[in-house]
Amino acid sequence: MASQEMEQLVRREYKQGFVTDIESDTAPPGLNEDVIRFISAKKEEPQWMLDWRLAAFEQWKTMAEPDWAHVDFPQVDFQAVSYYSAPKSSEDRPKSLDEVDPKLLETYEKLGIPLHERAALAGVAMDMVFDSVSVTTTFKEQLGEAGVIFCSISEAIREYPDLIKQYLGSVVPVADNFYTALNSAVFSDGSFVFVPKGVTCPMELSTYFRINAENTGQFERTLIICEDNAQVSYLEGCTAPMRDENQLHAAVVELVALENADIKYSTVQNWYPGDEEGKGGIYNFVTKRGECRGDNSKISWTQVETGSAVTWKYPSCVLKGKNSVGEFYSVAVTNNMQQADTGTKMIHIGEGSRSTIISKGISAGRSDQSYRGLVKILPGAKGARNFTQCDSLLIGDQCGAHTFPYQEIGNSTAQVEHEATTSKIGEDQLFYCRQRGISEEDAVNMIVNGFCKDVFKELPMEFAVEAEALLNVSLEGAVG
Amino acid sequence: MSLAEFTDQWLSAVTPQISEGPGWLTDLRQGAVEQFAVLGLPHARLENWKYTDVKALAKRNFSLPGTANASADVESLVNKSSLGLDAIRLVFVDGVFSESASTLGDLPAGVQVLPLAKNANAAKPVLGQVAAANFSGFTALNLAGWQDGVLIDLAANAVLEQPVYLQFVATEQENPVLVQPRILIKAGTHAQATIVEHYAGVEEAANLTNVVTEVDLADGANITHYKLQQESAKQYHIASMHIQQKRDSRFTSHNVCLGGKLARQDIQVELSGEGAEVNLNGLYLGNGRQHLDNHTLVNHNAPHTNSNEDYKGILNDRSRGVFNGRAVVHKDAQKIEAHQSNANLLLSDKAEIDTKPELEIYADDVKCSHGSTTGQLDENALFALRSRGLGEEMARGLLTLAFANEVIDRIEIPAVHDRLEDAVAGRLPEKFNLKGLV
Repeated sequence: MASQEMEQLVRREYKQGFVTDIESDTAPPGLNEDVIRFISAKKEEPQWMLDWRLAAFEQWKTMAEPDWAHVDFPQVDFQAVSYYSAPKSSEDRPKSLDEVDPKLLETYEKLGIPLHERAALAGVAMDMVFDSVSVTTTFKEQLGEAGVIFCSISEAIREYPDLIKQYLGSVVPVADNFYTALNSAVFSDGSFVFVPKGVTCPMELSTYFRINAENTGQFERTLIICEDNAQVSYLEGCTAPMRDENQLHAAVVELVALENADIKYSTVQNWYPGDEEGKGGIYNFVTKRGECRGDNSKISWTQVETGSAVTWKYPSCVLKGKNSVGEFYSVAVTNNMQQADTGTKMIHIGEGSRSTIISKGISAGRSDQSYRGLVKILPGAKGARNFTQCDSLLIGDQCGAHTFPYQEIGNSTAQVEHEATTSKIGEDQLFYCRQRGISEEDAVNMIVNGFCKDVFKELPMEFAVEAEALLNVSLEGAVG
Repeated sequence: MSLAEFTDQWLSAVTPQISEGPGWLTDLRQGAVEQFAVLGLPHARLENWKYTDVKALAKRNFSLPGTANASADVESLVNKSSLGLDAIRLVFVDGVFSESASTLGDLPAGVQVLPLAKNANAAKPVLGQVAAANFSGFTALNLAGWQDGVLIDLAANAVLEQPVYLQFVATEQENPVLVQPRILIKAGTHAQATIVEHYAGVEEAANLTNVVTEVDLADGANITHYKLQQESAKQYHIASMHIQQKRDSRFTSHNVCLGGKLARQDIQVELSGEGAEVNLNGLYLGNGRQHLDNHTLVNHNAPHTNSNEDYKGILNDRSRGVFNGRAVVHKDAQKIEAHQSNANLLLSDKAEIDTKPELEIYADDVKCSHGSTTGQLDENALFALRSRGLGEEMARGLLTLAFANEVIDRIEIPAVHDRLEDAVAGRLPEKFNLKGLV
């Protein structure tokens, strides 16, 4: 490739970087009981929820940040972060798109997602999270007919307190780690999905998250419950505007699958990764965990991670039910100065439980990426089975790719396989493509997409297309 | 009581050793004492000791071994546990060199094999050069208080045809003793040698062996190292081996870990010259409540370096196996091949294996892979044997032995190979009924 062209590609700026000027209703920076009371009051929460938050805050104060991950970033000053921000219009929520702030719509426009068209075309209901408050919810009626509850977590706390009390924090305990305690204290919004017995959710549920206000961390809380024989597929995608200061993002996602239930959770994560010198970018410290409580239940995580300056994320499955199934499919791309420490945990408790882990990591630029995974087979998990494959592709000689797979096996009938490879793009593969008149950039894209195919085929169709495009964009300028 | 509180107790156990020997050594030992005071004994919060808890060990009181016991009993014990090699043989009883039991023979020109306690000054250029004192609390403790050992010094182009057989024999002591051997191997350019480190002893021996081995390979040197650990089921065995490799050198390690109540082996390899290659073969077989931990670390510091690792584990009863293989490819170390494989068989529902094959890569022109499997025997292979009239258990036994043999068959010294195959067969469950077949 001509070096000039290369230069251009390398200097390409984050396409989705812009700031919408909306007057935010923002809490002052800092974290104390008053801020938590403020958030809780803003959300019009009942007393028990406030108490829960305050208890979490007490726990958090006694905890220390985890330091075992293979990432390096300046200490976060938790007192400099503002923990709440909502678009001004939250006082009187828009009932339809017409009532939505035109500036908001403009933002979506720039992102290339004309809400009404796209939602209709794709047949997807969008629970839009713009900063911390759900602004608009579509297709709600259709879901209501099926008996599916799909709303913001704040609404669920007010409308379905019994479900929240029963399930919130039951998969990821408040004090699971430093960031879950923090999230439990200050979470501002997120999604709640409840699929009752025997119901297959009529459409794929999708949420678009987007951080907007300056200096505001976003603390989402998502809870998905699938009762016996129920089924749901949930899609989550993120983009964030360009910003110089690091933004903190500490989400918690909990999934509960009862007997024969099937939950599929897909993520495309494209938070702002920082510029090529590593300035700015999102800190993404996420705890995602699903529990297969019922027999024959299934939880499947699929993620495409291209964004964030620092990622710390391990979507996990606790396989309690007999013959329950856990899956983890991941593509992670890091470029420039990005750092990612990501992977999964599969905890086999139930007899005959099975899990599959396919992880594809691509490191370019001066980025550092680690796969960190745990497969734990308890003595009671007779006949448990795990297959793990994690491959890394290195582009350029300044990046790092690491694998830390933990396997703890306490059962002689279990079968656990792990394989990993690390290599660069084969010269012969590149040559083969070039020789047929395909440009180097296209050839690399083809090879990388082929490398990730096992994961992309798990994504819902419209996401798969987006993911491929995203991958190409993320790697632009990395190849030469 | 926390581990830290035992630090002083452990230090006082090695104190008499510190002032032994020449001044430079005392200084070195004193430095190690300070390191140990900082490090203490490893605890489970350290990533490298996550699965191996030495708390129970830390609480024990070990004293220092006295002079070599030369009774007739010991002599017969030494002969009984010997591998019967045609070799240059050095015998250590509870860590103390036994001249009468050893046969140094005639060494070829350029080769020195020296018991360490009496030849401390000869070790000055080598001691502590490859093994960092602060690698772990145990390495610091060894440097502070090693009692005896050996220096094997090979001049350039020296070729030692006979293996060097280092036989460590443990006896039963009223008060369990802390045995700290130091093994130093220095191979000049293109020098070649084979070294066999062997640990065995009486069944009642309940001592702690804390050994550190340093191997320094100059350009083109070729060393084959055997480590056969057959300590009693009451012994504690902590070992770390550190290897420094220069250009085009080659190091092959066969590490067979059968004994010990708690055994921990660390192997650290620094591939620091182009063309250097290391091969690590390992087998661990646990019975009863044994805890067997193997940690390997290969640092690819230079381009064009290769590493191959194959460790196999068989765990029975309530035994627990730990494997941690780590390969690091450093910046600018291009054209690397690093392969790692760890396979485990669990023979009992109470047995456990914790395995972690790690890759850490900071260069792009590499071919690295690792694989790890834990599972059962191949059902098709079992069927094939059953269809030929073998009983189920015997068929399982044969296949299990064949699994172990993949490692044992790489052993090139026939006497060692045969002894080990017997030893492994003997340690497999009786129901397999392998007697007479091997």
